[in-house]
Amino acid sequence: MAWDWQVFCEDTLDRTVVQGCFGKGGDITYMDWMLSAWGWTVSVSLLALVLALIVGGIIGVLRTLPDSPWLVRFGNAWVELFRNIPLLVQIFLWYHVVPALVPAMKSVPGFVLVVLALGFFTSARIAEQVRSGLQSLPRGQRYAGMAVGFTTWQTYRYVLLPMGLRIIIPPLTSETMNIFKNSSVAFAVSVTELTMFAMQAQEETGRGIEVYLAVTGLYVVSAFTINRLMAWIEKRARVPGMISASSAGGH
Amino acid sequence: MKKHLLAAAVMGLLASTAMAQANDTLAKIKSSGTITLGVRESSGALAYTLGDGKYVGFHTEMANQIARDLQKQLGLAKLDVKYQPVTSQNRIPLVTNGTVDLECGSTTNDTNRQKDVDFAMTTYMEEVRIATKANSGINGIKDLNGKSVATTTGTTSVQILRKNERAQGIDFREVMGKDHADSFLLLESGRADAFVMDGSILAGNISKSKNPNDFKIVGEVLSVEPIACMVRKNDTAFLKAVDTSIQRQVADGSLEKLYDKWFMQPIPPSNQKVGLPLSEATKNAWKNPNNKPKEAFNK
Repeated sequence: MAWDWQVFCEDTLDRTVVQGCFGKGGDITYMDWMLSAWGWTVSVSLLALVLALIVGGIIGVLRTLPDSPWLVRFGNAWVELFRNIPLLVQIFLWYHVVPALVPAMKSVPGFVLVVLALGFFTSARIAEQVRSGLQSLPRGQRYAGMAVGFTTWQTYRYVLLPMGLRIIIPPLTSETMNIFKNSSVAFAVSVTELTMFAMQAQEETGRGIEVYLAVTGLYVVSAFTINRLMAWIEKRARVPGMISASSAGGH
Repeated sequence: MKKHLLAAAVMGLLASTAMAQANDTLAKIKSSGTITLGVRESSGALAYTLGDGKYVGFHTEMANQIARDLQKQLGLAKLDVKYQPVTSQNRIPLVTNGTVDLECGSTTNDTNRQKDVDFAMTTYMEEVRIATKANSGINGIKDLNGKSVATTTGTTSVQILRKNERAQGIDFREVMGKDHADSFLLLESGRADAFVMDGSILAGNISKSKNPNDFKIVGEVLSVEPIACMVRKNDTAFLKAVDTSIQRQVADGSLEKLYDKWFMQPIPPSNQKVGLPLSEATKNAWKNPNNKPKEAFNK
């Protein structure tokens, strides 16, 4: 089949090819539109990622606390709640159901709701990884902290978390990449991100293959950038002789 | 009317392998004693399914009458009518590869598609309109200034909105539902002040809502789209036979009766009325038979 990459240089109103591919004076080409859509995808993903890391980290730690059964139960409930409902359903719950119950939520833009939905959904998965990371540490580490007179906070801060978080960097890498891919559900609540652009632009131009290929490329670039970033962090955070040193065989 | 290209691409591969088939549908129908109709499962009152292999609707029933006329023309004692449900994604490949002989659903006749298939005479003119809450005070596109307007991702209505927005200097916020039910929910729940879409889809959604009286369809026609039956390209004898049948149905009033049956009377399964009176545009299309693409109407 014949490629027609010119399609990205077309104006979105009259579909004439614009010189230089970017519209001037308020005109918008498909290229402009796609880059703006990419911006939305990246913003949704990064904000959700920040939220997921913070909440997931806290919940994950709560679930390993030794003497706080209610906090542990709360953490468990959180994980089960957000892990057992499909992401798309959660988006709809945030968008249509929550505002019906809490009228104040009506004025919250869809963008914020998607960040909350995606962030909390991923926080449950990250919490699970944080918990397993902490629990995979030998019990003696916690006792060592207690033996030198650390408070629980200090034990976590200086002994458990530095070890536990290092262990889970590889699965965390998958999770950060997933956020980019999962952000495609945002189109369901009218955030004009890449998936929505793809569906709309292919209907308007009839050049679906080019549009989907370009969008796929942008998703790959976004997710792979995060992947490389995490790989860099993994390398910088490596402690010789510990787990991440891989083949050398640590604990 | 979205079409997903991936599915289309796969079907396209299938299509090219089956291209060898002789392009004489009448002969094929005569020798096999069967005709395969492409039908839609959820195109509103135009074409839909009741489940259990039953396909009904204005265009589906019209296609059945076309099949009966073909049977007469070919002098067949018996003609089996087979239904093949099609979707927006696969309808064109299924027509071109010979799986479906005649597709009558909700396909818009446009120049893009005319490259792949031929269209029979326009039998229904879809009008893009504005639906809003009855008490919203919105009476036309001008009143949308400063409002939020819902429409469905992957439809041509988005383009129409964009054009109006820029041409008339009005400023509104677009909210996009992922499908029509979603977009209507946006209107119903107050997230959008209006829903811009094909008139039959608006009317259908309103008739199925909890309180149909809360909504009304207002304002000017934003765009018209000719909806027509599709047949394989370059099969003039078959296309002519289909057109002859359509003209017969227009002339003896049976098409108008069908329209009344599906758009003005209560229809199954819920026995709700769509309540969309025969539009001037559709009347015109019947009076002046043509197979012009939508580009010829919206200049």
